[in-house]
Amino acid sequence: MLKIDKATMRFGGVVAVNQLNANIKEGETVGLIGPNGAGKTTVFNMVTGVYKPTEGKIIYNPDGKKDIDLTLLRPDQIAKVGICRTFQNIRLFKELSVMDNVFIGNHLRLKSDVFSSALRLPAYIKQEKEFMEKSKYLLEKVGLYEERDEKSFSLPYGKQRRLEIARALATDPKLLLLDEPAAGMNPQETQELMAFIADIKKEFKLTIFLIEHHMEVVMGICEKIYVLDHGVLIAEGNPSEIQNNPKVIEAYLGVE
Amino acid sequence: MKNNNLLKNIIIIILALALLFILNITLDSYKVRIVNLCSIYIILGLSMNLINGFTGLFSLGHAGFMALGAYTVALLTMSPQAKEVNFYMEPILPFLKDLNMPFVLALIMGGLMAALFGFLIGAPVLKLTDDYLAIATLGFSEIIRIIIINLQPITNGALGLKGIPPKNNAFFAAMLGQTPKINLLWAGVIAIITIVFMNLLMKGSYGKALKAIREDEIAARSMGINLFRHKVMSFTISSFMAGVGGGLLAISLGTIDPTLFKFSLTWNILLIVVIGGMGSIKGTIISAIIVTIGMEALRFLDESINLGFMQTPALPGLRMVVFSIILMMAVIFKKDNIFKSTLKKARGRYAKD
Ligand SMILES: Nc1ncnc2c1ncn2[C@@H]1O[C@H](COP(=O)(O)OP(=O)(O)O)[C@@H](O)[C@H]1O
Ligand SMILES: [Mg+2]
Repeated sequence: MLKIDKATMRFGGVVAVNQLNANIKEGETVGLIGPNGAGKTTVFNMVTGVYKPTEGKIIYNPDGKKDIDLTLLRPDQIAKVGICRTFQNIRLFKELSVMDNVFIGNHLRLKSDVFSSALRLPAYIKQEKEFMEKSKYLLEKVGLYEERDEKSFSLPYGKQRRLEIARALATDPKLLLLDEPAAGMNPQETQELMAFIADIKKEFKLTIFLIEHHMEVVMGICEKIYVLDHGVLIAEGNPSEIQNNPKVIEAYLGVE
Repeated sequence: MKNNNLLKNIIIIILALALLFILNITLDSYKVRIVNLCSIYIILGLSMNLINGFTGLFSLGHAGFMALGAYTVALLTMSPQAKEVNFYMEPILPFLKDLNMPFVLALIMGGLMAALFGFLIGAPVLKLTDDYLAIATLGFSEIIRIIIINLQPITNGALGLKGIPPKNNAFFAAMLGQTPKINLLWAGVIAIITIVFMNLLMKGSYGKALKAIREDEIAARSMGINLFRHKVMSFTISSFMAGVGGGLLAISLGTIDPTLFKFSLTWNILLIVVIGGMGSIKGTIISAIIVTIGMEALRFLDESINLGFMQTPALPGLRMVVFSIILMMAVIFKKDNIFKSTLKKARGRYAKD
């Protein structure tokens, strides 16, 4: 489904990601781990078009038909072909309500133009209603429906993270990228989050690519794990392979 | 509950129309002029708020777009005779002389003219980065003014245009035995349409997308919002509204010339938007009324003041100084999250994780 092919990202002299190869199959949950500054978020930024890789290709093929080279697309186009993400440093639309945050996730599917929307023509109203229902459903799903009218910045941290996931789900993604979804959560919340991720994966038929610091999350839900260190891929494999890989223990656990 | 809201809004609109009608009859022509200006500034304030407040861009080109609207409307509504009288230095282009349209059509043309230029200037600037939008629009607005000064066969240059046919309430004035005044309903109805349009736009999916862009561009585009398309759209609609506002101003003044469209005009509108609150429709309406009336009330500052024991010299521009100070105070002391977040965003645009 997603094939990262020798992707390199340089910032001036810094090589944030170096010749990365990675492969994600449909329906998998794949983890990306590594110490701070290893280049994990940069990988997400390349996949979602925030950065254009200095070298290499990122091939996306959601339906087994045509290959799409993501490095040629803008972030909004990438969202439209079914890849959506959350951010490590939560990026909600702060001044907007919880409901509006999720509603905006639907906007990419809107067919009406701005005038049909302002005149509230039937075709627009129909879609708006559909968006509202979907947003409502997603908010209930993440347990934030009661807070729907509050401004999103006023939510506690854990809820903000869940809201970001709901907003991403509203875009109808096939591939969901989660950048440290459990950051700042206590063990109880982390447990709930893991169950939640498994749940949405099943319900929305998602493929999940996930960066995480909490080892138990990665080991618990990922079928496959990539380990980055200083931008270089040092290991890949299933959880038990990774856990017993001496290079990983040295680079990753040594730093922890 | 939804129907209740609709009913409430319809009642408010009817009351507003009735109020305008009563004011039209009871106020003298000077006061009617100020009330009319309030409607026009409401339109202009909302227009600027759409781009600066709701979309989080920073544009300073309003005087230019208004000038385009004003000249278009003037040239499309003035009679061939009036044009001949105006263009005594250099004759008007022949095809323009006989060009004439009903007022409403002319107003739409004025808006379209401004929208066209808005698109032409907005698209290339917003394609690069919107950091330069303020400078580009400011420059554009000055260039438009200079072109107007130099394009004598079309604009009559620095002499300006006089005798733009007014929209008076001649019919009712005759019935009541008054002299005709400006008909408040024209600008009033257009202001109401603008308010309704803005409310519907901002309530809908596009409005929310614009606010999302204001709040966080990186998140917005990661959610599939095409930043360029939405910004250009917002900018073009805003330009259209500014053109209509300029056209209405031309009609209500009866005379326009290039000095009217200096930067201070944009400044006045910015003042309305900042005092009213970036991204607030209600705030803009209230502040447009306060600022317009305030501008008139403070007019004495520009003239020489007799303090009893001495006569101060006339200080043209003192009014603007006072208003600028008010603007600065508003920016500093208002808890205006959006204005701050717009500034913050301008600074933090490159933090991308
Ligand atoms: N926009 C940027 N400009 C310069 N350096 C950057 C930029 N983004 C990331 N980096 C650098 O790339 C490296 C990897 O960062 P990042 O991908 O955020 O790491 P991680 O998410 O694994 O903690 C870091 O050294 C960081 O400073
Ligand atoms: Mg990171």
